[in-house]
Amino acid sequence: MKLIFEKSCPGRSASGIPACDVPDCKVEEVIDQKLLRENVDLPEVAEVDLVRHYMQLSRRNFGVDIGFYPLGSCTMKYSPKVHEETASLSGFTALHPYAPADFVQGALKLMYEMRQYLSEICGMADFTLQPAAGAHGELTGIMIFKKYFEKKGEKRTKILIPDAAHGTNPASGALCGFQVVEVLSNTEGDIDIGHLKELMSEETAGLMLTNPNTLGLFERDIEEIAAIVHDRGGLLYCDGANMNALMGVARPGDMGFDVIHLNLHKTFSAPHGCGGPGSGPLGVKAHLVDFLPIPRIVKDGDRYEWSQDYPDTIGRIKSFYGNFNVMVKAYTYIRSVGPEGLKRTAEMAVLNANYIKERLKPYFRLPYDRACMHECVFSVERQAKESGVHASDIAKRLIDYGIHPPTIYFPLIVPEAMMIEPTETESRDTLDAFCDTMIVIAGEAKEYPERIKAAPLTTPVKRLDEVLAARKPDVCWHK
Amino acid sequence: MDYVPHTEEDQKQMMKTIGIGSIEELFIDIPGKYWLRRLLDLPPALSEQETFQIMNNIGSQNIIADFCLMGAGAYYHYVPAVVRHVISRCEFYTAYTPYQAEISQGILQAIYEYQTMIARLTGMQVANASMYDGASAMAEAAVLAAKTLNRTRIVVIRSIHPEYREVVRTYAWANGYEVIETGYNATGQLDKEDLKSAVDDNTAAVLVQSPNFFGVIEDIAAIEQVVHGSGALLVAGFTEATSLGILKPAGEMGADFVVGEGQAFGNPLNFGGPYLGILASMDKFLRKIPGRLAGATVDKDGRRGFVLTLQTREQHIRREKATSNICSNEALCALAAAVYLVSMGKNLKKLAILNIQKAQYLKKKLSAIPGWETVFPGPTYNEFTICCPDPHLVNKKLQDKGIVGGYDLSESYPELEGCLLFCATEMIKSEDIDDVVSIIAG
Repeated sequence: MKLIFEKSCPGRSASGIPACDVPDCKVEEVIDQKLLRENVDLPEVAEVDLVRHYMQLSRRNFGVDIGFYPLGSCTMKYSPKVHEETASLSGFTALHPYAPADFVQGALKLMYEMRQYLSEICGMADFTLQPAAGAHGELTGIMIFKKYFEKKGEKRTKILIPDAAHGTNPASGALCGFQVVEVLSNTEGDIDIGHLKELMSEETAGLMLTNPNTLGLFERDIEEIAAIVHDRGGLLYCDGANMNALMGVARPGDMGFDVIHLNLHKTFSAPHGCGGPGSGPLGVKAHLVDFLPIPRIVKDGDRYEWSQDYPDTIGRIKSFYGNFNVMVKAYTYIRSVGPEGLKRTAEMAVLNANYIKERLKPYFRLPYDRACMHECVFSVERQAKESGVHASDIAKRLIDYGIHPPTIYFPLIVPEAMMIEPTETESRDTLDAFCDTMIVIAGEAKEYPERIKAAPLTTPVKRLDEVLAARKPDVCWHK
Repeated sequence: MDYVPHTEEDQKQMMKTIGIGSIEELFIDIPGKYWLRRLLDLPPALSEQETFQIMNNIGSQNIIADFCLMGAGAYYHYVPAVVRHVISRCEFYTAYTPYQAEISQGILQAIYEYQTMIARLTGMQVANASMYDGASAMAEAAVLAAKTLNRTRIVVIRSIHPEYREVVRTYAWANGYEVIETGYNATGQLDKEDLKSAVDDNTAAVLVQSPNFFGVIEDIAAIEQVVHGSGALLVAGFTEATSLGILKPAGEMGADFVVGEGQAFGNPLNFGGPYLGILASMDKFLRKIPGRLAGATVDKDGRRGFVLTLQTREQHIRREKATSNICSNEALCALAAAVYLVSMGKNLKKLAILNIQKAQYLKKKLSAIPGWETVFPGPTYNEFTICCPDPHLVNKKLQDKGIVGGYDLSESYPELEGCLLFCATEMIKSEDIDDVVSIIAG
């Protein structure tokens, strides 16, 4: 397919600029010529060309609305359309972030209540809505760790992160100047308590734990883990990417977590927009509230206002207040599903994952055979050994069957990993169709491995040369 | 209402397959003491209609301004209809990050095109697929410079957006870097002598913004030697993306990185977010810049296609050696920006000129009010700083008429007591400006 630049034709235009209704002035008289540019090198196309270009592109893309999208750790649930409608209300979209407080009482109320709802769901004292994405929430959380120990006058230089963790966890730790130390998992998929005890010292700020972890398993020793970390003065961080398994069922705050980030674009049903915008609110227990980013919303009677007056704050991590429009969608979601709905969401997400796990267990190796939470992790090791079919091959073959592949090669501790997260919005029919397809592919792997290795055959492009892309990077088009 | 499609029969059959007699059995790994044996204390569930009504009600508790004289990092522009139309395609907005390239060619190509347009507008060779916002893009560029050069001092000009400086400080503090602030002069441009004295051989980056927070355009070429002479990197920012349509790109004036807020390209005000951080750099930083990159390659039949490339830079491979932890970005906002830029084409320059004309007219009318005076003689784009006898009263009068007034600069600059920062975009009509003058005078 042609690039928009290759469709450009000098003289065409898809827009018109209003006539100038104020006295004309020469730009050169306002701004020195040396500060001005001569030309703007952008494509020139008619509106119809623009629309067809992007419609063609959209048809080369796959979203949850098109089909099943069991991308593990990403919680690709169906996003109800009413969210898009409410988030498009001009009462939300047309607000300037510096509009007077009198103009934005509804927005402030929404954010204030959102903090309360998330605090209740997670068992935390308060939330900041400022982080723009999950990893941004992590960074904010680890900054709070740092500030907390600075305030206490303790020098802690290390942070513990399990070997199964999301890659963003060690990166977040490193960006706050902590030395990242890896904690091993045991053979049952839980954190190795002995190893944790050994590592958790007075030099250690704490542990970043994902619970349920990235194997889709609940960390059964959470009580002991929290005790080990807290007894040595550390803090316990919860990567809440997998909160969809717990809503209304159990609360991280009750389990001893001091800090948690959520992903509104996963758990709370805001769509992910091809990679963003997300929203990564961060919740803390009472002893960490003073460190939250500024500004924070305060309520005085019925009136909401911003307040900057928090001397122990880590500061600001983003301009303005966070990805407000994403919050509107998540708020809509919480209001429409209510407390029973959130609980049923978690229960059915877990039911769906266990259903897939049971149905596929005879066909793929299940490294940790126990009740899973919202996702299950298989290994394609057997197929790889027997017929040279790898996780990436199976992923590509699924595409030919109209299904978005699961997350593959993650978590890193499972060889040839395939991480399947169905979410609660998928029907039994969809799950059965997926399982049937996976079983067919398992059969193909034995009998026609070449067919799988040639996949996908139905897409506009076949397998792409990623090595070439990295070796000779072409990230900007030149005529 | 929940969005679970299961019937009772479905649930029963699935439980049977799993071999459980109750849903609780699924959660046996959670210690009993942590089971929440009550419902969450949240408002009760609602039908779609009720939900919509409640949201509509909350939305209408906000007052939509008749128009907006506020810029200060968020700009009120017309968004062509095609933008909303394109980003509302479910294939785009309901997709995740394009990990599976063969079924993500749409967004990958769109991002490749976006990167190309941003590189052209900024005068750089490389642009990434977006950052969270302008402030975090600036902070990440500073951190990257420090990590790359193994230096610990970051110099920021005081005329940079106050919130951007705060974000830079937070990121710098977390990494153990020192932030030095240097001043501006009577023209509203940076003070070159002050900058010279602050830059030393431990300086990793000098951060500058043009137009700066006072609306004044900086002469970036004039400081290029000061910065590079000490071996530091020059990070040039902007808050108002449409200014790229008329101003000489920082990349042509010696900047190593160009960072800024892309909201003005087709993204609504949205009470501050989501916006998109623009980050562009010289070729030599290609393998270091944070965020995602879409790259062109070929498939096994030799057809052109696109993939996320240079992923080894990314946190999920480099992990603890990462120079950034960004994962999700603002892809849909970048798509909106791309559609906006294609829609604008060459007209982006005309739009930028119209912004200058409107702002000049507003400036002229306001400075004609007795007691009002422009503060900085330096060249401006669509914002300017003006001093008046009672800024608070001015904004109050405008607010009473449903207008968002200017930004009170004394909030962030005590030395600028009495000064307001005003913005005029193409959305302001001539008669609006006349109204503003009579409201203020009234």
